[in-house]
Amino acid sequence: MMTRLITIAVTTIGLSLLSTAAHAQVAVRGQTVYTMSGASIANGVVVIDDGKISQVGPANEVSIPAGYLVLDAKIVTPGLVDAHATVGLSGMLNYKHDQDQIEHSAPIQPELRAIDAYNTRDELVTWIRTFGVTTVHTGHAPGETISGQTMIAKTFGNTIDDVTLVESAMVAATLSPSALKKGKPKSPGTRGKQMAILREKFIKAREYQQKLAKAEDDKKPDRDLSLEMMGKILDREIRLLITADRAQDIASALRLAKEFNIDIVLDSAAEAYLLIDEIKAAGVPVIVHPAMYRAVGNRKNQSFETAAMLKHAGIPIALQSGFEDYVPKVRVVLFEAAIAAANGLTFDEALSSITIDAARILGVDKRVGSIEIGKDGDLALYDGDPFEYTSHCIGTIIDGQVVSETIR
Amino acid sequence: MRYILIVCVLIFHTGCAVSRAQSDVHAFIGATLTPISAEPIADGVMLVEHGQILRLGKASEITIPVGAVRHDVSGKVIMPGLVCTHNHIGGIGGADRTGPIQPDVRIFDSINVRDAGFKRTVAGGITTINIMPGSGHLLSGQTSYLKLRGGNTIDDLFIRDSDGKAMGGIKMANGTNSRRDAPFPGTRAKSASLVREQYIKALAYKRKQEAAKEDPAKMPARDIGMEALVEVLEGKRVVHHHTHRHDDIITALRLAKEFNFRVVLHHVSEGWKVAKEIAQSGVPCSVILVDSPGGKLEARDLLLKCPGILEKAGVKVALHTDDWITDGRLFLRMAAMAARAGMSREGALKAVTLAGAEMIDLGDRIGSLDVGKDADFIILSGDPLSVYTKVLETWVEGNKVFDRSNTQDRLYAVGGYGAGNELEPYFCCFDHAEGQ
Repeated sequence: MMTRLITIAVTTIGLSLLSTAAHAQVAVRGQTVYTMSGASIANGVVVIDDGKISQVGPANEVSIPAGYLVLDAKIVTPGLVDAHATVGLSGMLNYKHDQDQIEHSAPIQPELRAIDAYNTRDELVTWIRTFGVTTVHTGHAPGETISGQTMIAKTFGNTIDDVTLVESAMVAATLSPSALKKGKPKSPGTRGKQMAILREKFIKAREYQQKLAKAEDDKKPDRDLSLEMMGKILDREIRLLITADRAQDIASALRLAKEFNIDIVLDSAAEAYLLIDEIKAAGVPVIVHPAMYRAVGNRKNQSFETAAMLKHAGIPIALQSGFEDYVPKVRVVLFEAAIAAANGLTFDEALSSITIDAARILGVDKRVGSIEIGKDGDLALYDGDPFEYTSHCIGTIIDGQVVSETIR
Repeated sequence: MRYILIVCVLIFHTGCAVSRAQSDVHAFIGATLTPISAEPIADGVMLVEHGQILRLGKASEITIPVGAVRHDVSGKVIMPGLVCTHNHIGGIGGADRTGPIQPDVRIFDSINVRDAGFKRTVAGGITTINIMPGSGHLLSGQTSYLKLRGGNTIDDLFIRDSDGKAMGGIKMANGTNSRRDAPFPGTRAKSASLVREQYIKALAYKRKQEAAKEDPAKMPARDIGMEALVEVLEGKRVVHHHTHRHDDIITALRLAKEFNFRVVLHHVSEGWKVAKEIAQSGVPCSVILVDSPGGKLEARDLLLKCPGILEKAGVKVALHTDDWITDGRLFLRMAAMAARAGMSREGALKAVTLAGAEMIDLGDRIGSLDVGKDADFIILSGDPLSVYTKVLETWVEGNKVFDRSNTQDRLYAVGGYGAGNELEPYFCCFDHAEGQ
């Protein structure tokens, strides 16, 4: 029934790998290897040396050097890439002391860095790793007009420096009533006001940049972390990740991008299927909400088929685990892709949306997202169709280290 | 205007009387039948008449009556309509903030039958649900067992017992959800104490009732809360008890034993830690699975393997959506996830059908494909535990209430613009659902 993970060779190394060997020499044999960089390989072998993929091909063309740890699986895929999460910041217990994904003291705080908040040891990071997720784009959550920065991390490592792939990936913005305030002195209280304060902030950032450029060295304006970050968005050094679900909010996001000539990525985008032409014309990628998000409030019209509708219209998409303020405290992006695969995406499209397509949208496709020589040795091993409810992830490898052998 | 409306309604009624599916024998031919109470039957035939299952068996063994409406369902799978023992759809509101124990509150006084949740739920293959008030109280009110017949008012959905009474249980909770500022309890011990006090009062009320020997002059003053608790003490109303942590589970069992009430444990996140004790008590469990542990402290050890461990210990196990915690359209997925983590395939399918039916005292009417039971069933495109399988049709008492080939029904099954809105009112029967 279940394909046992470790079969031969250096079986005894087993768990000690987790703590000791930095970059083991590993070979994985798969009945089917989905490389995501060309056709899948029947009876394929992937060899990892010093954390990087060194060989990939059919078993009769790849020789496994002596002494390598050899693992077997029915299905081998690249380590999964979760294109948007809050895991590591929104901790497992959901109490104040482990919830660092949102800071409500001001509506616009792009200076908040995810690396200052990500807990590499949160149990939910471990949880998603056991399903094959090796890379996450995580950080500040939807819920303020600009809530802070995001980062890209591997799901295994001791300190933030061990796991960080990209320190500052995007700046997270929310155009939705979820980021509006109730009560008299609170602002922004309406959609109109929210756009107004966002626009004002960008205009201030432009002025700040101009002052910096013009002023003599001794007359430079004081360093302003917030405006500095907004300036990076204006310079298109960093993208604005805009969470917007209702069609009108998506349209506002596109309008903002056009006015300030900035690069944006649409996030969640429950009603994106109503604006396919507009999104396509703007050339904006979409990180679609988890298929199994609750269909309430701004997302009451969400569809299991949104990912398929956008993908088939030629819009770049990826899937995500998203943010959840109750249960399940973290979603598993593999499960979300499974629902998309059952609702219009082909198997390859669905797998791409949590591997190479996600890596491309995040700009880390040179490192992760496919099984190619020179890329990071990140693999996920399954005992059957990874999307099937009753299949199991039987192993996860990050940078050549076996980081999970739990059968789950 | 009013005159025209009356005429329309009359026409609809007449039309219904003629076309009502119940009046004919319907033959479902060629599917794999998954009765739950018996081994699956490949290439089967099921006959339905007057809203009940008339016969089922291998195609070679069943004679299809002349004139029967024939449904070719070859290659499909038919299984009983799913039963969800714990559900919150309908925009409900149960007990309020005035106190922690409110047995007088009936949830059916708050259910909006036009809530889109009803359409999503039948799209997921669910035909019977137990709508309950929430877990923010030690006792948040009376629950309501409903058939998803479609319907214009809540009365159309009631399941009535042999006395004609709308069936339901009572909702209780322990652990952290029901703890808050006074008059609510601040600790677990206070929670148990408040519950015991109320049941002791109910016992006294019951004694007064009995002493009156049906003499109205001697009866105690009516107290609708106490009346509901007396029904619990008499075993007429099952306690549906929200509980997560291992010690809270044991507390619920202790209270059930002290007051001899019938109880179903709900959620039971840490049930795997006390599986043996639950099995010894003979109390059934309705478990919820979500995709990760945590979200609150008492759910940190919620594991996908819990239903499988309980099953192996000999506990009767059902599953529930807790909709809106999980979506009714994904109920079969939960069964599959239980199987993924070690529950038997048979046990997982039973957990979303017959086991749940038994926990709401309806095991003799629904939950399996058996002759004489209500014709509540679903037609699936394939293996019930596969992600790729779709619910194609849902039937309740011989009427089709969901058809994936109908554009409007599909909208609720898949989602899309308008799926979140209230339903259009029905004027009659199930014509709308049948796409006519």
